[in-house]
Amino acid sequence: MPLVIGVPKETAPGEKRVATVPEVVEKLVKLGFAVAVQSGAGEAASFSDEAYRAAGAEVLGDAAALWAGADIVFKVRAPDSEEVGRLREGATLISFIWPAQNPGLMQQLAAKQATVLAIDALPRQLSRVQKMDALTSMAGVSGYRAVIEAANAFGRLFNGQVTAAGKIPPARVFIAGAGVAGLAAIGTAASMGAIVRANDTRAEVADQVVSLGGEFVKVDYEEEGSGGGGYARVMSEGFQAAQRAMYAEQAKDADIIITTALIPGKPAPKLITAAMVESMKPGSVIVDMAAEQGGNCELTEPGQAVVRHGVTIVGYTDLASRLARQSSTLYANNLFRLAEELCKAKDGRFDVNMEDDAIRGLTVIKDGAITWPAPPLKLPAPPPAAARPAAAAAAKGHGEGAGAPASGRTLAILFAVAAGLFWLIGAHAPASFLGHFTVFVLACFIGYMVIWNVTPALHTPLMSVTNAISSIICIGALVQIAPPLGAEVAGRPETLIRWLALAGIALTAINMFGGFAVTRRMLAMFRK
Amino acid sequence: MTSSLMTVAYLGATILVILSLGGLSNPETARRGNLSGVIGMTIAVLATVLGPRVAAAGISWIVGGMVAGAAIGLWAARAVKMTQMPELVAIMHSLVGLAACLVGFASYVDTSIAFSGAEKTIHEVEIYVGIFIGAVTFSGSVIAFGKLSGRIGGRPLLLPARHWLNLAGLLATLWFGRQFLAAPTIEAGLLPLLVMTAIALLFGIHLVMAIGGADMPVVVSMLNSYSGWAAAATGFMLSNDLLIVTGALVGSSGAILSYIMCRAMNRNFISVIAGGFGTGGGAPAAKAGEQPAGEVSPISAAETAELLREAKSVIIVPGYGMAVAQAQHTVFEITKHLREKGVNVRFGIHPVAGRMPGHMNVLLAEAKVPYDIVLEMDEINEDFPDTDVAMVIGANDIVNPAAQDDPSSPIAGMPVLEVWKAKTSIVMKRSMASGYAGVDNPLFYKDNNRMLFGDAKKMLDEVLVALMA
Repeated sequence: MPLVIGVPKETAPGEKRVATVPEVVEKLVKLGFAVAVQSGAGEAASFSDEAYRAAGAEVLGDAAALWAGADIVFKVRAPDSEEVGRLREGATLISFIWPAQNPGLMQQLAAKQATVLAIDALPRQLSRVQKMDALTSMAGVSGYRAVIEAANAFGRLFNGQVTAAGKIPPARVFIAGAGVAGLAAIGTAASMGAIVRANDTRAEVADQVVSLGGEFVKVDYEEEGSGGGGYARVMSEGFQAAQRAMYAEQAKDADIIITTALIPGKPAPKLITAAMVESMKPGSVIVDMAAEQGGNCELTEPGQAVVRHGVTIVGYTDLASRLARQSSTLYANNLFRLAEELCKAKDGRFDVNMEDDAIRGLTVIKDGAITWPAPPLKLPAPPPAAARPAAAAAAKGHGEGAGAPASGRTLAILFAVAAGLFWLIGAHAPASFLGHFTVFVLACFIGYMVIWNVTPALHTPLMSVTNAISSIICIGALVQIAPPLGAEVAGRPETLIRWLALAGIALTAINMFGGFAVTRRMLAMFRK
Repeated sequence: MTSSLMTVAYLGATILVILSLGGLSNPETARRGNLSGVIGMTIAVLATVLGPRVAAAGISWIVGGMVAGAAIGLWAARAVKMTQMPELVAIMHSLVGLAACLVGFASYVDTSIAFSGAEKTIHEVEIYVGIFIGAVTFSGSVIAFGKLSGRIGGRPLLLPARHWLNLAGLLATLWFGRQFLAAPTIEAGLLPLLVMTAIALLFGIHLVMAIGGADMPVVVSMLNSYSGWAAAATGFMLSNDLLIVTGALVGSSGAILSYIMCRAMNRNFISVIAGGFGTGGGAPAAKAGEQPAGEVSPISAAETAELLREAKSVIIVPGYGMAVAQAQHTVFEITKHLREKGVNVRFGIHPVAGRMPGHMNVLLAEAKVPYDIVLEMDEINEDFPDTDVAMVIGANDIVNPAAQDDPSSPIAGMPVLEVWKAKTSIVMKRSMASGYAGVDNPLFYKDNNRMLFGDAKKMLDEVLVALMA
């Protein structure tokens, strides 16, 4: 007889999500479980009873019957006391629990001898648990929805355009807190064309912000805010003052502010004061994603959208639920991955293995005994940041160096031609010429070697310096102007040669001095 | 100074010249490279003047010529504007060419140098070749100077059957060369030599006239190479190893520079040297491809400033228009302002932007733009899709998408800066006229492109004022 997974309809007002979806029902059945779904459970998330039935689930009309028949219950929200009452003795419950905030609930569940896995207690430091991380998947959906809510309440376009009907400035969005929700919001807002800025007390997320198209705004104060487990921690007084100043400045500038700052186990930090709201432009929007924990803005009213000082402040606490179909699917997949971990044999049995770090962290009540909080994980020290790929591109010279090697045939022809030429010269030229010829050919090669890797930025100075150097031809004129011939050589047109040589000297001197001087002038301008 | 001492001094000078070229390949060592060039030349000149080949009587002449030349040279170096660098370099090349000719003639008429047999033939061949290269360099550089300074139109002058003309010139040169070698006396040899010089001058003019404006950087560096070969030929003529080595160094470096640039433009080295747009480029270029259709969207300076202010990443592509308008300082002011606001501003330099290799780098350096934000085409091309605004200042052909899209375009296959992949591209131009290559630019008609018409300097000043406001 396989264990029965029961999926009741969520009872919390306004909650539209459901703990599993038809697609996942099929997979659960393949794992060996029987699945029972309360009639209408998926209705708000657009999953019909028929769809569940088609996927292999049994649809029960009555909540009481479902709870009574379920060995394992999948839920989204933590159960209320009525639901706890319906839970079968010794059954397993998987849902959000928030054990720190709900000690009463924990006691009730323990009294039922239940085993409870709180999906929010997942040890997120373990990278292998990402597939079960419902907090992340819900936060991602919420971040997206927060931008949509902001866009809905905002009276302008997000993307800047220059159109025939006039210029549209882009919306300026400021996002406080670059956790999963914040990053999702940054990406969404940036892809809609807004100018996005974001801040977080953890400096290491700056790169992530930039990678999603946002700009990271630093607080002008040195302090590291990583509190372990990917959460931020409470910051010092000095830092908070500097942070307030920065937020005040951003508030004046931004059209939309989305706040996502949460500190685990504490009320949300009040980042946006009433005065900052007042300083915002009329028509601006604040979406306070921390509303459930009291809100990051002083004027937030949890669960509602209100207008204060001309600014719409959205304090919805059900952002994920507002995208019920998407968030249900993600949540159902997270739970399925967890079920896989619990049922490695695929035989429809649950094995809550307390040796497994991930399962240990999740399990807040085991057979009626409260096991929360789990002992801290012994994590290996994070490896030092990997050496940056040593400026791989830096060494790139001109194009691809000497170019692709010539094909063998071209090379052979080239060699044959060169050999022929050399033979011709060797056979006919006198020895004195050959000495000069050797020097000439070798110098050509030196020129080739020296010049090949010159950076393009220096082409002009290089040319002007080679130009100056080519006035070495001056030497030719110098040796002609007045050679010490001793006796006059008959018929040497002294005057003509002298004037020719003099002109040669003057011309090359222009070149020599001018060329070097202008090169110097150019090089003096190059700076880093 | 003995002959051996002079030889050692020459050797030292040779080494210093090589070090000079080597030093110029890197910005860090470039200044030292220039200095070692100066020292090398000083040693070479002093060793020659004080050496056994120059009599004391000649020194006053030499000093006179040197001082006159130095005065003109230093004045020119000081007076030249950085935007006029290409012209200056071109005209200086012509001086080397002219000097090579003069030295060649002087050497020919000098009866004190007497050879016989094969040595005489070789000496005369050396004179002939030296004067030929010198004359081509001289006239070619003068034309290049004229084209660069705008005194001569930039369009390639394509005579019918120009390749045949060149060939005929070359054959005539060879024929007169035979006459020259066969001449019994110096007087008899002078005529073929002078005729050849005239042919070489015409050849040089024709060579450069046939080359289009867009290929001008290659021409300048090619002429640089020629001036080196002229020096090397003179070295052979006078049996002077220092001249040979230095000339060969300059010649091969210029040739390699030209080759590097040809490769950057995907242009065949030979066809650039032979002139124009290669063998197939005879037809008027502008009519070759399909006329791009669509409308251009103008933009005002104030709107440009808005776009820049709201951008996160900007790439500026400067071209010859920036040089003409002397706008580099304003460009840097804008860059500085944007960078202070956290905008990532970089420069994308096409290898043949401007009229001389590295022209843009020099101008930006003059305006004190730090060289680590000035990137080459290969380094920056893949960044355009992530760029908000690509600002093209007075460039045209180097940002023409037809080079990639339109195989019939005369510039097809030439690598270009892909500014159209940026979210918005702004092209600053005086009018809708086509670029130096005479090709229409489909970029102007793209949806994400805006045209900012007007003088680059004036427009950029307005943009800067709007940015500051």
